[in-house]
Amino acid sequence: MERTMNRTLWRTALLGAALGSLLGVGRALGADAAPPAFTQEMATAIGDTKVALDTLWVMVTGFLVFFMNLGFAMVESGLCRAKNTVNILAKNFIVFAIASIAFWLLGWGLMFGDGTGLVGLKGLFCVTGADNSPATGDGYAGVYSALNWTGVPIWAKFFFQLVFAGTAATIVSGAVAERIKFHAFLVFSFVLVAFMYPVTGHWVWGGGWLQKLGMWDFAGSTVVHSVGGWAALAGVLLLGPRLGKYRADGSVNPIFGHNMSTTALGVFVLWFGWFGFNPGSTMAAIAADIGRIAVTTNAAAAAATLSATLVAWKLLGKPDLSMMLNGCLAGLVAVTAPCAYIGVGSATVVGLIAGVLVVLAVLFFDKVHLDDPVGALSVHLVNGVFGTLAVGLFAQDSIMPNTTGNGLLFGGGLKLLGAQATGAAAVALFTFAVSLIVWAAIKAAVGLRVSPAEEVGGLDVGEHGMEAYPDFQGFLTK
Amino acid sequence: MKLIIAVIQPDKLTDVKKALFEAKVHKMTALNVIGCGQQMGYKETYRGAPTEVNLLKKVELQIAVNESFVEPTVNAIIKGARTGTIGDGKIFILDLPECIRIRTGERGGEAIG
Repeated sequence: MERTMNRTLWRTALLGAALGSLLGVGRALGADAAPPAFTQEMATAIGDTKVALDTLWVMVTGFLVFFMNLGFAMVESGLCRAKNTVNILAKNFIVFAIASIAFWLLGWGLMFGDGTGLVGLKGLFCVTGADNSPATGDGYAGVYSALNWTGVPIWAKFFFQLVFAGTAATIVSGAVAERIKFHAFLVFSFVLVAFMYPVTGHWVWGGGWLQKLGMWDFAGSTVVHSVGGWAALAGVLLLGPRLGKYRADGSVNPIFGHNMSTTALGVFVLWFGWFGFNPGSTMAAIAADIGRIAVTTNAAAAAATLSATLVAWKLLGKPDLSMMLNGCLAGLVAVTAPCAYIGVGSATVVGLIAGVLVVLAVLFFDKVHLDDPVGALSVHLVNGVFGTLAVGLFAQDSIMPNTTGNGLLFGGGLKLLGAQATGAAAVALFTFAVSLIVWAAIKAAVGLRVSPAEEVGGLDVGEHGMEAYPDFQGFLTK
Repeated sequence: MKLIIAVIQPDKLTDVKKALFEAKVHKMTALNVIGCGQQMGYKETYRGAPTEVNLLKKVELQIAVNESFVEPTVNAIIKGARTGTIGDGKIFILDLPECIRIRTGERGGEAIG
């Protein structure tokens, strides 16, 4: 008993001594060493890391948006006839090549160069204006001030904006498919990306008059999608419908898409790419924003898919897959402008409305005999405008402070909605009017539409001298 | 009973069907075929190599009719398919010795209906 007590006492004493000596040593160490100084090198390293992260974000999301061209090619070729597949793929493919050159040559400068409220004037050609990106704010000393809020290098900015311009151009190819001459489309695409898209883009994103008016378009419902839509509408009007699309009594003769697999997979690709389109438009790896924007984007896509399915089911008797797919795209287009400024609940509502709008729009355009083989007008034009207005309805100042302010439904009154409507209308007028002129000029100069014989035989053979499916025998018309 | 075989341009199928329906002929079989008569082929190229495509896409209709329907059917096909250009197609009329309806076992004229 005594021996055990002694052992316990010894152990306690030893433990106490050890702890005491540690404390003493620690106090000695603490008393001698000074806290590390915050040096310029550290500050630079942190800043460089931010630039690296932001640039990484901008580039990766830019790659996703580039990937959307694949989606567009698949959607359009699937919804058109097999005999025109080569032509549609060729249009979708070459349009990005044209956009790349046109935007580099002139488009970027017109859109983001310092200039007037209408158009950029400095650094117009080949992105050669003075620039010290990634410097931001007051530290920026170049001629592309409209983008001085994002701290990434100039070519990252250029690449990201380029893939957006390419998206606008490829929207047009779907609406004019199956009857437009290849060279007519090439010429128009160049003018669209070199001139039309940048001018309206300057108004909204380039420091122009709409931006000053207080119009907000986060990722481009107006700048990208409605511009593509209005240009397409002008083309559809001047081209006329496909042969046999509308019967003599005015009823619609359905022209079936030849590959619903490609179309559905294409919409999946677009949905995926939109996670670059919307969250990427922060052009900075802001943790709080990019997750939320991806969720608002997804919420709208999902809601629109559901509402379009239900509406098509009710109106047409069965759930038409092409309507479901158009619905998804409509939701994505509609949420593109408001995605950063609205809550997830609002995004869901935006999607629900977009899905209804797109189905009604498809039926409407056929009713007025505006032949749109892929629903581009219903998806991009109608919902591009709606999405722009939705900012004026659903924006909440608390979500992204010091930007939009509150929309109509959150106590902000009509001011924001008014600016949105003005912007949507101004871009509409300009794009539609100039597109009509350009299409008409092309029509007069080199012709717009293929001959009836070529349209019947297929543009693959007529425009390209080759077929997409030379071994397949599925050419029976119904 | 006769079996009428008509080789027509694929894009005229809708018009031919419409004309046949107006002539009260509703029963037919349609096939994808390739063929040519006087119509010349067209050129395709693939990666620099040209080729002549001279068997062209056509649609063949096979319609079994009683004697009284032969002329109306032929006229309807011509009305629907004729464009006046080379390549409109041809109609062949074969004798049909027997025709049986599978569902009921009827034979002859009643089976054609």
